[in-house]
Amino acid sequence: MSAATDLAARVQARVGTVPLDVHEFRGEITLIAPAERIVDVLGAARAVLGEPVVLTDLTAADRYPSEPRFEVVYLLTGYAPPARLRIKARLAGEAPVIASATGLWPGADWLEREVYDLFGIRFDGHPNLTRILMPADWEGYPLRKDFSLTEEPVEFVEHVPKVPSTIIPKSPPRE
Amino acid sequence: MASSSVHAETLTINMGPQHPATHGVLRVVLDLEGEVVLGARPDLGYLHTGFEKEMEYRTYHQNIVFPPRIEYLATFIEEAAYVLAVEKLLAITAPPRAQTVRVILMELSRIASHLVWLGTSALDLNVTSAFMYCFQDREEILDLFEMVSGQRMMHGYLRLGGLQWDLPEGFAARVRRFVDDLPRRVNLYEALLTDNLIWRKRTEGVGVLTAADALRYGCTGPLLRGAGVDYDVRKAFPYSGYEQYEFDVPLARRGDSFDRYVIRMEEMRQSRRIILQALDRLPDGPVLVDDRKIALPPRSELVRSMEAVIHQFKLVSEGLRPPVGEVYAAVESPRGEKGYYVISDGSNRPARARIRSASFNNLQALPVMVYRGYLSDVIVAIASIDIVLGDVDR
Repeated sequence: MSAATDLAARVQARVGTVPLDVHEFRGEITLIAPAERIVDVLGAARAVLGEPVVLTDLTAADRYPSEPRFEVVYLLTGYAPPARLRIKARLAGEAPVIASATGLWPGADWLEREVYDLFGIRFDGHPNLTRILMPADWEGYPLRKDFSLTEEPVEFVEHVPKVPSTIIPKSPPRE
Repeated sequence: MASSSVHAETLTINMGPQHPATHGVLRVVLDLEGEVVLGARPDLGYLHTGFEKEMEYRTYHQNIVFPPRIEYLATFIEEAAYVLAVEKLLAITAPPRAQTVRVILMELSRIASHLVWLGTSALDLNVTSAFMYCFQDREEILDLFEMVSGQRMMHGYLRLGGLQWDLPEGFAARVRRFVDDLPRRVNLYEALLTDNLIWRKRTEGVGVLTAADALRYGCTGPLLRGAGVDYDVRKAFPYSGYEQYEFDVPLARRGDSFDRYVIRMEEMRQSRRIILQALDRLPDGPVLVDDRKIALPPRSELVRSMEAVIHQFKLVSEGLRPPVGEVYAAVESPRGEKGYYVISDGSNRPARARIRSASFNNLQALPVMVYRGYLSDVIVAIASIDIVLGDVDR
Protein backbone atom coordinates (compact mmCIF):
# COMPACT_ATOMS: atom_id res chain seq x y z
CA MET A 1 0.00 0.00 0.00
CA SER A 2 1.48 3.31 -1.04
CA ALA A 3 1.66 6.25 1.35
CA ALA A 4 -1.08 7.99 -0.61
CA THR A 5 -3.60 5.13 -0.51
CA ASP A 6 -2.74 4.62 3.14
CA LEU A 7 -3.79 8.21 3.77
CA ALA A 8 -7.11 7.55 2.04
CA ALA A 9 -7.66 4.40 4.11
CA ARG A 10 -7.06 6.31 7.35
CA VAL A 11 -9.56 9.00 6.36
CA GLN A 12 -12.06 6.24 5.52
CA ALA A 13 -11.49 4.62 8.93
CA ARG A 14 -12.30 7.92 10.64
CA VAL A 15 -15.50 8.70 8.80
CA GLY A 16 -16.84 5.14 9.20
CA THR A 17 -19.83 4.48 7.00
CA VAL A 18 -19.57 7.59 4.80
CA PRO A 19 -18.78 6.21 1.35
CA LEU A 20 -15.55 7.64 -0.09
CA ASP A 21 -14.50 7.07 -3.67
CA VAL A 22 -10.68 6.98 -3.97
CA HIS A 23 -8.86 7.89 -7.17
CA GLU A 24 -5.15 8.08 -7.82
CA PHE A 25 -3.64 9.84 -10.82
CA ARG A 26 0.02 10.82 -11.24
CA GLY A 27 0.61 10.13 -7.56
CA GLU A 28 -2.11 12.54 -6.45
CA ILE A 29 -4.91 11.17 -4.36
CA THR A 30 -8.50 12.35 -4.74
CA LEU A 31 -11.38 11.41 -2.46
CA ILE A 32 -14.91 11.92 -3.72
CA ALA A 33 -17.16 12.42 -0.72
CA PRO A 34 -20.92 12.83 -0.47
CA ALA A 35 -21.72 16.56 -0.46
CA GLU A 36 -23.97 16.42 2.61
CA ARG A 37 -21.11 15.03 4.74
CA ILE A 38 -18.32 17.22 3.38
CA VAL A 39 -17.52 19.00 6.65
CA ASP A 40 -17.12 15.66 8.48
CA VAL A 41 -14.83 14.34 5.76
CA LEU A 42 -12.73 17.54 5.77
CA GLY A 43 -12.47 17.34 9.55
CA ALA A 44 -11.38 13.70 9.35
CA ALA A 45 -8.80 14.49 6.68
CA ARG A 46 -7.50 17.33 8.81
CA ALA A 47 -7.04 14.97 11.76
CA VAL A 48 -5.32 12.35 9.61
CA LEU A 49 -2.84 14.73 7.97
CA GLY A 50 -1.65 15.96 11.38
CA GLU A 51 -1.42 19.65 12.32
CA PRO A 52 -0.69 22.04 10.76
CA VAL A 53 -3.13 21.34 7.94
CA VAL A 54 -3.86 24.16 5.56
CA LEU A 55 -6.69 24.62 3.11
CA THR A 56 -4.40 25.40 0.20
CA ASP A 57 -7.15 25.77 -2.35
CA LEU A 58 -10.88 25.59 -2.69
CA THR A 59 -12.38 25.74 -6.13
CA ALA A 60 -14.98 24.19 -8.37
CA ALA A 61 -15.34 22.66 -11.79
CA ASP A 62 -18.30 22.55 -14.14
CA ARG A 63 -18.87 19.21 -15.87
CA TYR A 64 -21.74 20.46 -17.98
CA PRO A 65 -23.71 18.78 -19.55
CA SER A 66 -23.13 15.69 -17.36
CA GLU A 67 -24.86 15.30 -14.00
CA PRO A 68 -24.10 15.80 -11.15
CA ARG A 69 -22.88 18.94 -12.79
CA PHE A 70 -20.60 20.68 -10.29
CA GLU A 71 -17.58 19.53 -8.37
CA VAL A 72 -16.36 21.49 -5.36
CA VAL A 73 -12.67 20.75 -4.91
CA TYR A 74 -10.74 21.14 -1.64
CA LEU A 75 -6.98 20.81 -1.63
CA LEU A 76 -5.49 20.16 1.78
CA THR A 77 -1.78 20.33 2.56
CA GLY A 78 -0.21 18.89 5.66
CA TYR A 79 3.07 20.66 6.40
CA ALA A 80 4.75 18.10 8.63
CA PRO A 81 5.26 15.65 7.01
CA PRO A 82 4.48 17.23 3.62
CA ALA A 83 1.37 15.59 2.19
CA ARG A 84 -1.45 16.63 -0.08
CA LEU A 85 -4.99 15.38 -0.29
CA ARG A 86 -7.72 16.47 -2.67
CA ILE A 87 -11.32 16.10 -1.61
CA LYS A 88 -14.24 16.58 -3.95
CA ALA A 89 -17.97 16.76 -3.58
CA ARG A 90 -20.40 16.61 -6.48
CA LEU A 91 -23.48 18.78 -6.69
CA ALA A 92 -26.48 18.72 -8.99
CA GLY A 93 -26.84 21.56 -11.50
CA GLU A 94 -30.13 22.85 -10.05
CA ALA A 95 -29.54 25.33 -7.16
CA PRO A 96 -26.20 23.87 -5.99
CA VAL A 97 -25.51 24.32 -2.30
CA ILE A 98 -22.91 22.85 0.08
CA ALA A 99 -21.88 23.43 3.69
CA SER A 100 -19.25 26.11 4.25
CA ALA A 101 -15.76 25.17 5.39
CA THR A 102 -15.22 28.53 7.11
CA GLY A 103 -15.74 26.84 10.49
CA LEU A 104 -12.67 24.69 9.88
CA TRP A 105 -10.51 27.29 8.12
CA PRO A 106 -11.39 31.02 8.19
CA GLY A 107 -9.35 31.24 4.99
CA ALA A 108 -12.16 29.45 3.15
CA ASP A 109 -14.09 32.74 3.32
CA TRP A 110 -12.76 34.40 0.17
CA LEU A 111 -12.25 31.15 -1.68
CA GLU A 112 -15.92 30.25 -1.22
CA ARG A 113 -16.97 33.73 -2.25
CA GLU A 114 -14.94 33.31 -5.41
CA VAL A 115 -16.63 29.98 -6.19
CA TYR A 116 -20.03 31.55 -5.54
CA ASP A 117 -19.11 34.50 -7.73
CA LEU A 118 -17.87 32.48 -10.70
CA PHE A 119 -19.92 29.27 -10.47
CA GLY A 120 -23.04 30.24 -8.53
CA ILE A 121 -22.58 27.52 -5.92
CA ARG A 122 -23.96 28.60 -2.54
CA PHE A 123 -22.18 27.85 0.73
CA ASP A 124 -24.44 27.20 3.67
CA GLY A 125 -23.23 28.92 6.83
CA HIS A 126 -20.88 31.36 5.07
CA PRO A 127 -20.72 34.68 6.96
CA ASN A 128 -20.83 36.98 3.93
CA LEU A 129 -21.57 35.24 0.65
CA THR A 130 -21.29 38.05 -1.89
CA ARG A 131 -19.51 38.49 -5.18
CA ILE A 132 -15.79 39.13 -4.83
CA LEU A 133 -14.17 39.47 -8.26
CA MET A 134 -17.09 40.40 -10.51
CA PRO A 135 -19.10 43.60 -10.03
CA ALA A 136 -21.90 43.25 -7.46
CA ASP A 137 -24.59 43.76 -10.10
CA TRP A 138 -23.17 41.24 -12.58
CA GLU A 139 -25.64 38.73 -13.98
CA GLY A 140 -24.65 35.12 -14.49
CA TYR A 141 -21.72 33.02 -13.38
CA PRO A 142 -18.75 33.40 -15.75
CA LEU A 143 -16.94 30.10 -15.19
CA ARG A 144 -20.00 27.99 -15.95
CA LYS A 145 -19.62 26.17 -19.24
CA ASP A 146 -22.90 27.56 -20.56
CA PHE A 147 -21.70 31.14 -19.99
CA SER A 148 -20.22 31.95 -23.36
CA LEU A 149 -17.01 33.90 -23.62
CA THR A 150 -17.82 37.05 -25.53
CA GLU A 151 -16.72 40.61 -25.08
CA GLU A 152 -18.98 42.81 -22.99
CA PRO A 153 -21.19 44.83 -25.37
CA VAL A 154 -20.61 48.60 -25.39
CA GLU A 155 -22.91 51.19 -26.87
CA PHE A 156 -20.79 52.26 -29.81
CA VAL A 157 -22.19 52.49 -33.29
CA GLU A 158 -21.62 49.28 -35.26
CA HIS A 159 -19.80 47.62 -32.40
CA VAL A 160 -19.91 43.85 -32.64
CA PRO A 161 -18.83 42.00 -29.46
CA LYS A 162 -15.76 39.90 -30.09
CA VAL A 163 -15.80 36.15 -29.60
CA PRO A 164 -12.66 34.11 -28.90
CA SER A 165 -10.63 32.91 -31.83
CA THR A 166 -11.70 29.57 -33.29
CA ILE A 167 -8.63 29.15 -35.45
CA ILE A 168 -7.87 26.04 -33.40
CA PRO A 169 -11.25 24.43 -32.71
CA LYS A 170 -11.82 22.22 -29.71
CA SER A 171 -10.96 18.65 -30.58
CA PRO A 172 -12.86 15.56 -29.52
CA PRO A 173 -11.23 13.65 -26.65
CA ARG A 174 -8.58 11.25 -27.84
CA GLU A 175 -9.33 7.56 -28.05
CA MET B 1 -19.37 68.43 26.01
CA ALA B 2 -18.43 66.93 22.70
CA SER B 3 -15.05 65.41 23.51
CA SER B 4 -16.34 61.98 24.56
CA SER B 5 -18.95 61.68 21.81
CA VAL B 6 -16.51 62.77 19.10
CA HIS B 7 -14.01 60.25 20.34
CA ALA B 8 -16.50 57.38 20.15
CA GLU B 9 -17.45 58.08 16.57
CA THR B 10 -16.34 55.56 13.97
CA LEU B 11 -15.30 56.98 10.65
CA THR B 12 -15.46 54.85 7.50
CA ILE B 13 -13.12 55.84 4.71
CA ASN B 14 -11.92 54.46 1.39
CA MET B 15 -8.29 53.71 0.76
CA GLY B 16 -7.94 53.33 -2.96
CA PRO B 17 -8.80 52.06 -5.50
CA GLN B 18 -6.27 54.48 -7.00
CA HIS B 19 -4.04 54.83 -3.99
CA PRO B 20 -0.38 54.72 -5.06
CA ALA B 21 0.59 52.44 -2.19
CA THR B 22 -1.76 49.64 -3.22
CA HIS B 23 0.60 48.41 -5.95
CA GLY B 24 -2.19 48.01 -8.47
CA VAL B 25 -5.85 48.70 -8.06
CA LEU B 26 -7.11 47.73 -4.65
CA ARG B 27 -9.75 49.38 -2.50
CA VAL B 28 -9.73 48.92 1.25
CA VAL B 29 -12.69 50.17 3.25
CA LEU B 30 -11.38 51.21 6.65
CA ASP B 31 -13.32 51.77 9.85
CA LEU B 32 -11.40 54.25 11.96
CA GLU B 33 -11.63 55.49 15.47
CA GLY B 34 -9.37 58.49 15.31
CA GLU B 35 -6.15 57.11 13.86
CA VAL B 36 -6.84 53.55 14.99
CA VAL B 37 -8.10 50.94 12.53
CA LEU B 38 -11.05 48.95 13.82
CA GLY B 39 -11.87 47.14 10.64
CA ALA B 40 -10.56 46.71 7.11
CA ARG B 41 -12.49 45.23 4.22
CA PRO B 42 -10.49 44.75 1.03
CA ASP B 43 -12.56 45.12 -2.12
CA LEU B 44 -11.11 43.26 -5.08
CA GLY B 45 -11.77 42.55 -8.68
CA TYR B 46 -10.62 45.77 -10.34
CA LEU B 47 -8.07 43.80 -12.36
CA HIS B 48 -10.17 40.70 -12.89
CA THR B 49 -9.71 39.65 -16.50
CA GLY B 50 -10.96 36.08 -16.42
CA PHE B 51 -7.72 34.25 -17.18
CA GLU B 52 -9.20 30.97 -16.00
CA LYS B 53 -12.05 31.27 -18.49
CA GLU B 54 -9.70 32.31 -21.29
CA MET B 55 -7.50 29.29 -20.67
CA GLU B 56 -10.45 26.97 -21.32
CA TYR B 57 -10.66 28.41 -24.83
CA ARG B 58 -7.07 27.87 -25.86
CA THR B 59 -4.82 24.90 -26.43
CA TYR B 60 -2.25 23.82 -23.87
CA HIS B 61 0.58 25.42 -25.83
CA GLN B 62 -1.27 28.68 -26.46
CA ASN B 63 -1.93 29.03 -22.73
CA ILE B 64 1.77 29.46 -21.95
CA VAL B 65 1.42 33.16 -22.76
CA PHE B 66 -1.03 33.81 -19.91
CA PRO B 67 0.96 32.97 -16.75
CA PRO B 68 3.55 35.80 -16.98
CA ARG B 69 0.69 38.27 -17.44
CA ILE B 70 -0.96 37.08 -14.24
CA GLU B 71 1.96 37.53 -11.89
CA TYR B 72 4.01 40.02 -13.82
CA LEU B 73 6.85 40.41 -11.32
CA ALA B 74 7.99 36.79 -11.18
CA THR B 75 7.39 35.86 -14.78
CA PHE B 76 9.52 32.74 -15.18
CA ILE B 77 8.29 31.24 -11.91
CA GLU B 78 4.74 31.72 -13.10
CA GLU B 79 5.45 30.17 -16.49
CA ALA B 80 7.14 27.22 -14.83
CA ALA B 81 4.14 26.61 -12.57
CA TYR B 82 1.81 26.18 -15.52
CA VAL B 83 4.28 24.21 -17.61
CA LEU B 84 5.03 21.85 -14.72
CA ALA B 85 1.32 21.17 -14.22
CA VAL B 86 0.79 20.20 -17.86
CA GLU B 87 4.01 18.18 -17.90
CA LYS B 88 2.71 16.26 -14.90
CA LEU B 89 -0.52 15.64 -16.78
CA LEU B 90 1.46 14.34 -19.77
CA ALA B 91 3.78 12.34 -17.46
CA ILE B 92 6.92 13.84 -18.98
CA THR B 93 9.89 15.64 -17.47
CA ALA B 94 12.09 18.18 -19.16
CA PRO B 95 15.68 17.15 -19.99
CA PRO B 96 18.28 17.90 -17.27
CA ARG B 97 19.71 20.91 -19.08
CA ALA B 98 16.27 22.48 -19.45
CA GLN B 99 15.53 21.90 -15.79
CA THR B 100 18.76 23.56 -14.70
CA VAL B 101 18.16 26.54 -16.98
CA ARG B 102 14.66 26.84 -15.52
CA VAL B 103 16.11 26.91 -12.00
CA ILE B 104 18.50 29.73 -12.98
CA LEU B 105 15.68 31.75 -14.56
CA MET B 106 13.29 31.11 -11.68
CA GLU B 107 15.81 32.26 -9.08
CA LEU B 108 16.66 35.35 -11.14
CA SER B 109 12.91 36.03 -11.24
CA ARG B 110 12.76 35.72 -7.48
CA ILE B 111 15.59 38.23 -7.05
CA ALA B 112 13.93 40.61 -9.54
CA SER B 113 10.62 40.35 -7.73
CA HIS B 114 12.15 40.93 -4.31
CA LEU B 115 14.01 43.94 -5.69
CA VAL B 116 10.77 45.47 -6.95
CA TRP B 117 9.22 44.73 -3.58
CA LEU B 118 12.10 46.35 -1.75
CA GLY B 119 12.16 49.41 -3.97
CA THR B 120 8.42 50.04 -3.93
CA SER B 121 7.90 49.38 -0.23
CA ALA B 122 10.81 51.64 0.60
CA LEU B 123 9.12 54.22 -1.61
CA ASP B 124 5.88 53.75 0.35
CA LEU B 125 7.86 54.55 3.47
CA ASN B 126 9.43 57.59 1.81
CA VAL B 127 12.89 56.12 1.19
CA THR B 128 13.01 57.30 -2.40
CA SER B 129 16.65 56.50 -3.19
CA ALA B 130 16.36 52.73 -2.61
CA PHE B 131 13.80 52.56 -5.40
CA MET B 132 16.31 53.76 -8.01
CA TYR B 133 19.03 51.35 -6.89
CA CYS B 134 16.65 48.38 -6.87
CA PHE B 135 15.26 49.11 -10.31
CA GLN B 136 18.75 49.50 -11.69
CA ASP B 137 19.57 45.96 -10.55
CA ARG B 138 16.27 44.59 -11.75
CA GLU B 139 16.96 46.16 -15.14
CA GLU B 140 20.07 43.99 -15.41
CA ILE B 141 17.96 40.88 -14.76
CA LEU B 142 15.39 41.96 -17.34
CA ASP B 143 18.22 42.42 -19.83
CA LEU B 144 19.30 38.85 -19.11
CA PHE B 145 15.73 37.68 -19.72
CA GLU B 146 15.62 39.58 -22.97
CA MET B 147 18.86 37.94 -23.99
CA VAL B 148 17.34 34.50 -23.40
CA SER B 149 13.81 34.91 -24.67
CA GLY B 150 13.68 38.12 -26.65
CA GLN B 151 11.25 39.63 -24.15
CA ARG B 152 11.87 41.45 -20.92
CA MET B 153 8.71 40.35 -19.15
CA MET B 154 6.19 38.37 -21.19
CA HIS B 155 8.62 35.68 -22.23
CA GLY B 156 6.74 32.62 -23.43
CA TYR B 157 10.15 30.92 -23.37
CA LEU B 158 9.24 27.75 -21.52
CA ARG B 159 7.76 24.90 -23.53
CA LEU B 160 5.89 21.80 -22.51
CA GLY B 161 8.81 19.43 -22.09
CA GLY B 162 11.62 21.97 -22.03
CA LEU B 163 12.56 25.34 -23.46
CA GLN B 164 12.02 27.18 -26.70
CA TRP B 165 15.72 27.17 -27.53
CA ASP B 166 19.08 26.87 -25.83
CA LEU B 167 20.79 29.66 -23.91
CA PRO B 168 22.52 32.29 -26.03
CA GLU B 169 26.29 32.53 -26.02
CA GLY B 170 27.72 34.53 -23.14
CA PHE B 171 24.60 34.17 -20.99
CA ALA B 172 26.21 32.10 -18.23
CA ALA B 173 29.14 34.50 -17.94
CA ARG B 174 26.82 37.47 -17.69
CA VAL B 175 24.67 35.82 -15.04
CA ARG B 176 27.81 35.03 -13.09
CA ARG B 177 28.92 38.63 -13.32
CA PHE B 178 25.56 39.76 -12.00
CA VAL B 179 25.39 37.35 -9.07
CA ASP B 180 29.01 38.00 -8.17
CA ASP B 181 28.13 41.63 -7.60
CA LEU B 182 24.83 40.88 -5.88
CA PRO B 183 26.06 40.44 -2.28
CA ARG B 184 27.68 43.87 -2.41
CA ARG B 185 24.42 45.39 -3.62
CA VAL B 186 22.27 43.57 -1.05
CA ASN B 187 24.65 44.68 1.70
CA LEU B 188 24.32 48.21 0.40
CA TYR B 189 20.52 48.10 0.69
CA GLU B 190 20.78 46.64 4.14
CA ALA B 191 23.20 49.34 5.17
CA LEU B 192 20.67 51.85 3.91
CA LEU B 193 17.67 50.36 5.71
CA THR B 194 18.36 47.81 8.45
CA ASP B 195 19.85 50.21 10.95
CA ASN B 196 17.84 53.15 9.75
CA LEU B 197 15.86 54.33 12.77
CA ILE B 198 12.84 55.45 10.72
CA TRP B 199 12.72 52.20 8.78
CA ARG B 200 12.79 50.16 11.96
CA LYS B 201 10.21 52.26 13.77
CA ARG B 202 7.85 52.02 10.83
CA THR B 203 8.19 48.25 10.38
CA GLU B 204 8.98 46.65 13.74
CA GLY B 205 5.87 45.33 15.45
CA VAL B 206 3.74 46.58 12.55
CA GLY B 207 1.38 44.31 10.61
CA VAL B 208 1.97 41.37 12.92
CA LEU B 209 0.59 38.04 11.72
CA THR B 210 0.96 35.12 14.11
CA ALA B 211 1.75 31.62 12.90
CA ALA B 212 -1.71 30.40 13.92
CA ASP B 213 -3.45 33.12 11.91
CA ALA B 214 -1.17 32.62 8.91
CA LEU B 215 -2.05 28.92 8.85
CA ARG B 216 -5.76 29.55 9.32
CA TYR B 217 -5.86 31.91 6.35
CA GLY B 218 -3.67 29.73 4.15
CA CYS B 219 -0.91 32.34 3.91
CA THR B 220 2.38 31.19 2.42
CA GLY B 221 5.74 32.60 1.51
CA PRO B 222 7.56 35.24 3.60
CA LEU B 223 4.30 35.96 5.45
CA LEU B 224 4.25 32.42 6.84
CA ARG B 225 7.99 32.03 7.30
CA GLY B 226 8.15 35.40 9.01
CA ALA B 227 5.89 33.89 11.67
CA GLY B 228 8.27 30.95 12.08
CA VAL B 229 6.53 28.19 10.09
CA ASP B 230 9.03 26.30 7.98
CA TYR B 231 7.20 25.73 4.71
CA ASP B 232 8.77 26.24 1.33
CA VAL B 233 7.39 24.35 -1.68
CA ARG B 234 10.95 23.92 -2.98
CA LYS B 235 11.76 21.84 0.12
CA ALA B 236 8.36 20.25 0.86
CA PHE B 237 7.41 19.21 -2.69
CA PRO B 238 10.58 19.64 -4.77
CA TYR B 239 10.24 20.29 -8.51
CA SER B 240 12.74 20.95 -11.33
CA GLY B 241 15.43 19.20 -9.29
CA TYR B 242 15.42 21.60 -6.32
CA GLU B 243 16.19 18.66 -4.03
CA GLN B 244 19.72 18.60 -5.50
CA TYR B 245 20.57 22.15 -4.47
CA GLU B 246 21.87 23.28 -1.13
CA PHE B 247 20.07 26.30 0.25
CA ASP B 248 18.53 27.48 3.48
CA VAL B 249 14.98 28.62 4.10
CA PRO B 250 15.24 31.76 6.24
CA LEU B 251 12.80 31.93 9.14
CA ALA B 252 11.89 34.61 11.66
CA ARG B 253 9.76 34.65 14.78
CA ARG B 254 7.75 37.80 15.33
CA GLY B 255 5.83 37.86 12.08
CA ASP B 256 6.02 41.65 11.68
CA SER B 257 6.87 43.68 8.63
CA PHE B 258 10.52 43.96 9.63
CA ASP B 259 10.86 40.15 9.79
CA ARG B 260 9.44 39.83 6.31
CA TYR B 261 11.98 42.37 5.10
CA VAL B 262 14.83 40.40 6.71
CA ILE B 263 13.57 37.17 5.15
CA ARG B 264 13.33 38.61 1.65
CA MET B 265 16.85 40.03 1.86
CA GLU B 266 18.17 36.65 2.93
CA GLU B 267 16.18 34.89 0.20
CA MET B 268 18.02 36.95 -2.40
CA ARG B 269 21.31 35.63 -1.04
CA GLN B 270 19.98 32.08 -1.04
CA SER B 271 18.78 32.49 -4.63
CA ARG B 272 22.30 33.53 -5.53
CA ARG B 273 23.61 30.34 -3.92
CA ILE B 274 21.23 28.25 -6.02
CA ILE B 275 22.14 30.10 -9.23
CA LEU B 276 25.86 29.55 -8.63
CA GLN B 277 25.31 25.82 -8.05
CA ALA B 278 23.14 25.61 -11.16
CA LEU B 279 25.76 27.39 -13.28
CA ASP B 280 28.43 25.01 -12.03
CA ARG B 281 26.50 21.90 -12.90
CA LEU B 282 24.72 23.11 -16.06
CA PRO B 283 24.76 19.88 -18.08
CA ASP B 284 25.05 19.64 -21.86
CA GLY B 285 22.35 18.06 -23.92
CA PRO B 286 18.96 18.79 -25.43
CA VAL B 287 16.61 21.42 -23.97
CA LEU B 288 13.38 19.90 -25.26
CA VAL B 289 11.92 16.40 -25.00
CA ASP B 290 12.34 14.23 -28.06
CA ASP B 291 8.67 13.40 -28.40
CA ARG B 292 7.04 14.55 -31.62
CA LYS B 293 3.56 14.30 -30.12
CA ILE B 294 4.49 16.99 -27.56
CA ALA B 295 7.32 19.17 -28.85
CA LEU B 296 7.68 20.72 -32.29
CA PRO B 297 10.27 19.00 -34.50
CA PRO B 298 13.48 20.98 -35.11
CA ARG B 299 13.58 23.08 -38.29
CA SER B 300 16.31 20.97 -39.83
CA GLU B 301 14.02 17.93 -39.80
CA LEU B 302 11.19 19.69 -41.59
CA VAL B 303 13.05 19.86 -44.88
CA ARG B 304 13.94 16.18 -44.84
CA SER B 305 11.09 14.29 -43.25
CA MET B 306 7.42 14.20 -44.28
CA GLU B 307 6.60 12.72 -40.89
CA ALA B 308 8.10 15.73 -39.14
CA VAL B 309 5.94 18.03 -41.29
CA ILE B 310 2.82 16.07 -40.31
CA HIS B 311 3.74 16.28 -36.63
CA GLN B 312 4.36 19.98 -36.93
CA PHE B 313 1.02 20.44 -38.69
CA LYS B 314 -0.89 18.42 -36.09
CA LEU B 315 0.70 20.23 -33.15
CA VAL B 316 0.11 23.67 -34.60
CA SER B 317 -3.37 23.13 -36.06
CA GLU B 318 -4.79 20.96 -33.31
CA GLY B 319 -2.42 20.90 -30.35
CA LEU B 320 -1.65 18.02 -28.04
CA ARG B 321 -4.26 15.99 -26.26
CA PRO B 322 -3.28 14.82 -22.78
CA PRO B 323 -5.01 11.87 -21.11
CA VAL B 324 -8.14 12.39 -19.03
CA GLY B 325 -7.18 13.36 -15.49
CA GLU B 326 -6.40 16.19 -13.14
CA VAL B 327 -3.19 17.42 -11.58
CA TYR B 328 -2.00 20.14 -9.26
CA ALA B 329 1.54 21.44 -9.52
CA ALA B 330 2.88 24.14 -7.24
CA VAL B 331 6.02 26.24 -7.13
CA GLU B 332 7.44 28.60 -4.53
CA SER B 333 6.86 32.05 -5.92
CA PRO B 334 8.31 35.14 -4.18
CA ARG B 335 4.87 35.52 -2.59
CA GLY B 336 4.31 31.93 -1.55
CA GLU B 337 2.74 28.84 -2.97
CA LYS B 338 1.64 29.30 -6.56
CA GLY B 339 -0.19 26.37 -8.08
CA TYR B 340 -2.00 25.38 -11.23
CA TYR B 341 -4.78 22.83 -11.01
CA VAL B 342 -5.50 21.54 -14.49
CA ILE B 343 -8.35 19.21 -15.42
CA SER B 344 -8.14 17.49 -18.76
CA ASP B 345 -11.13 15.94 -20.51
CA GLY B 346 -8.83 14.42 -23.13
CA SER B 347 -9.36 17.19 -25.68
CA ASN B 348 -6.84 19.76 -26.90
CA ARG B 349 -7.98 22.38 -24.37
CA PRO B 350 -8.02 22.21 -20.58
CA ALA B 351 -11.51 21.58 -19.21
CA ARG B 352 -10.54 23.73 -16.25
CA ALA B 353 -7.39 25.61 -15.37
CA ARG B 354 -7.44 26.90 -11.82
CA ILE B 355 -4.81 29.32 -10.60
CA ARG B 356 -4.02 29.01 -6.91
CA SER B 357 -2.79 32.46 -6.17
CA ALA B 358 -0.54 33.15 -3.21
CA SER B 359 -1.43 36.86 -3.12
CA PHE B 360 -5.18 36.14 -2.88
CA ASN B 361 -4.81 34.10 0.30
CA ASN B 362 -2.17 36.41 1.74
CA LEU B 363 -4.30 39.51 1.24
CA GLN B 364 -7.14 37.83 3.10
CA ALA B 365 -5.11 38.16 6.30
CA LEU B 366 -4.84 41.96 5.93
CA PRO B 367 -7.77 42.76 8.29
CA VAL B 368 -6.07 40.68 11.00
CA MET B 369 -2.72 42.37 10.42
CA VAL B 370 -3.99 45.93 10.66
CA TYR B 371 -6.55 45.49 13.45
CA ARG B 372 -6.02 48.07 16.20
CA GLY B 373 -3.03 49.50 14.40
CA TYR B 374 -2.64 53.03 13.04
CA LEU B 375 -3.93 54.17 9.70
CA SER B 376 -0.43 54.88 8.40
CA ASP B 377 0.56 51.32 9.26
CA VAL B 378 -2.00 49.94 6.80
CA ILE B 379 0.35 51.13 4.05
CA VAL B 380 3.23 49.27 5.66
CA ALA B 381 1.16 46.10 6.09
CA ILE B 382 0.02 46.10 2.46
CA ALA B 383 3.57 46.72 1.30
CA SER B 384 4.93 43.90 3.45
CA ILE B 385 2.44 41.36 2.07
CA ASP B 386 3.94 42.05 -1.36
CA ILE B 387 0.73 41.62 -3.30
CA VAL B 388 0.51 41.53 -7.05
CA LEU B 389 -3.01 42.63 -7.83
CA GLY B 390 -2.95 40.91 -11.20
CA ASP B 391 -2.42 37.70 -9.30
CA VAL B 392 -5.12 38.47 -6.72
CA ASP B 393 -7.79 39.26 -9.29
CA ARG B 394 -6.65 37.03 -12.14
